[in-house]
Amino acid sequence: MGSFVARRLALSVPVLFGVATLVFSLIHLIPGDPAQAMLGDTASAADVDALRTKLGLDRPLLEQYGVFLLGLVRGDLGTSLRTGDPVAGQIWLRVPATVELAAAAMVVAIGVALPLGVLAAVRRGTSLDALSMAVALTGISVPNFWLGPLLAIVFAVQLEWLPVSGRGTWAHLVLPAISLGAGLAAILARMTRATLLEELREPYVQAALARGTSAWRAVVRHALRNGLIPIVTIIGLQFGAVLTGAVITETVFAWPGIGRLLIQSIGFRDYPMVQGCILLIAVTYMAVNLLTDLIYGVLDPRIRLQ
Amino acid sequence: MSRLGAVIVIGAALAALLGPLVTPFDPAGQELRLRLEGPTSTHWFGLDELGRDILARVLVGARISWLVGLVVVGVSSIVGVVLGSMAGYFGGRVDDAISRVMDVLMAFPGLLLAIALVAVLGPSLTNVVVALASIGWVGYARLVRGQVLRARELEFVQAARALGATTPRILLRHVVPTALPALSVQATLGMGGAILAEASLSFLGLGVQPPTPSWGTMLSYGRVHVLDAPHLTIFPGLAIAVLVLGFNFLGDGLRDALDPSSSQRRT
Repeated sequence: MGSFVARRLALSVPVLFGVATLVFSLIHLIPGDPAQAMLGDTASAADVDALRTKLGLDRPLLEQYGVFLLGLVRGDLGTSLRTGDPVAGQIWLRVPATVELAAAAMVVAIGVALPLGVLAAVRRGTSLDALSMAVALTGISVPNFWLGPLLAIVFAVQLEWLPVSGRGTWAHLVLPAISLGAGLAAILARMTRATLLEELREPYVQAALARGTSAWRAVVRHALRNGLIPIVTIIGLQFGAVLTGAVITETVFAWPGIGRLLIQSIGFRDYPMVQGCILLIAVTYMAVNLLTDLIYGVLDPRIRLQ
Repeated sequence: MSRLGAVIVIGAALAALLGPLVTPFDPAGQELRLRLEGPTSTHWFGLDELGRDILARVLVGARISWLVGLVVVGVSSIVGVVLGSMAGYFGGRVDDAISRVMDVLMAFPGLLLAIALVAVLGPSLTNVVVALASIGWVGYARLVRGQVLRARELEFVQAARALGATTPRILLRHVVPTALPALSVQATLGMGGAILAEASLSFLGLGVQPPTPSWGTMLSYGRVHVLDAPHLTIFPGLAIAVLVLGFNFLGDGLRDALDPSSSQRRT
């Protein structure tokens, strides 16, 4: 077990290094002079020079890279060009809002997907199955930046049940959580159905059915228990979609999380802040994937041996 | 469902090709007097904040979506097939180098890297395509690499090698064709993915810039008028959802048709 964890951790080190390198190089992909681009065309040559020095862009590339990596190790992501505050601190302030939204979206997704997937699996081949899977595929195709405003039109504008945007009470959370969770729910429902159908072909389920167990009981008591392992993995892997979806959902609903900070910082050409947000989202995604792999390894001993 | 998908996709292609020629309205023409007017018998989808016909703009916007989809899928699949088959066939250091790059690109969830690239390159149609293709190839490369690893040891490939066929010939004529069914599914779903991604980037203000009508840009402008003119939001969004749904139905149907195990699962 220990060696499995160590091996999996060792595998993520080069990837982490690669991610940091790519985020570092972002600033050098800016066409022309990055300092000029950040300040705009109207900036004076002296200001541009000052910013170049401040960001260390006048130093050799290798030195800049070293300084960047050393900063990361110390948790220093640089300073925001707009506010002059440390990037890490600014991002940290936004973390709770994004965590709250992502968690609520996951709850919505799981709450919808598991019953829908089980229903489709139990009633497989019926029109109910076809309908729930068509609903699921529709859910995957509907962009959340369209679903969000539609929900707002109906529930906030027409019915006046819920606030249009912002963060505060639980009522503020409902619409963003649904619009972010819907896509994930759709993917998860399809996966749940496929996993359950696979389990239903296993001898232990067939044996239970032969003993006279009802289809419902066979699915819920037998297949679902074993099927939960792959389903949990899919939930973990889909967390990335929730993170990027949050960038859009937060923009739609003026939700003060990291995604909104990222888009606002792009607008302000606050590149250190952009780099910080991108890095944090990517590292979180990696960490969740790592955790999913480890949990999978704990739950299913066969994985450890591969 | 795959038939419905095909109907939607073909219908959308015809609408994009012929629609702008048929509609009597100029997508850039402004009737300021009627700005934000809802759907009528003359203007079926209503008018936008500058009094432009939304149906005409949705039809021109379809061309942008198709253009992005086709170019992104085309470039991604070619780059992916070349790099993936190299990684799978040569193995060793070539495989290591290509696989490490893929690992790093896959460490960024979904659109995040595209957002980052467009943020530094600047918002434009070209940069959206560059950003999406520079991530999109990974999916194709992984698929082809796996297929090549399997096919490398198959008898007919061994036979071709024994007959003295060159490596590029073996790859192109014998190995890559075994991956074609899976690639066609990936490309079909990839069209939907690229169209959705372009709309997302344009919605965030990082994609196609006005006055070019893109569905995502139209939605982003509609957001201001969600309260007083919801039709600005409803129609471009419906266009995205229907076209993406069409590609997803089609891709799903293709997968079932090409993969005997999954069609068995359906019964």
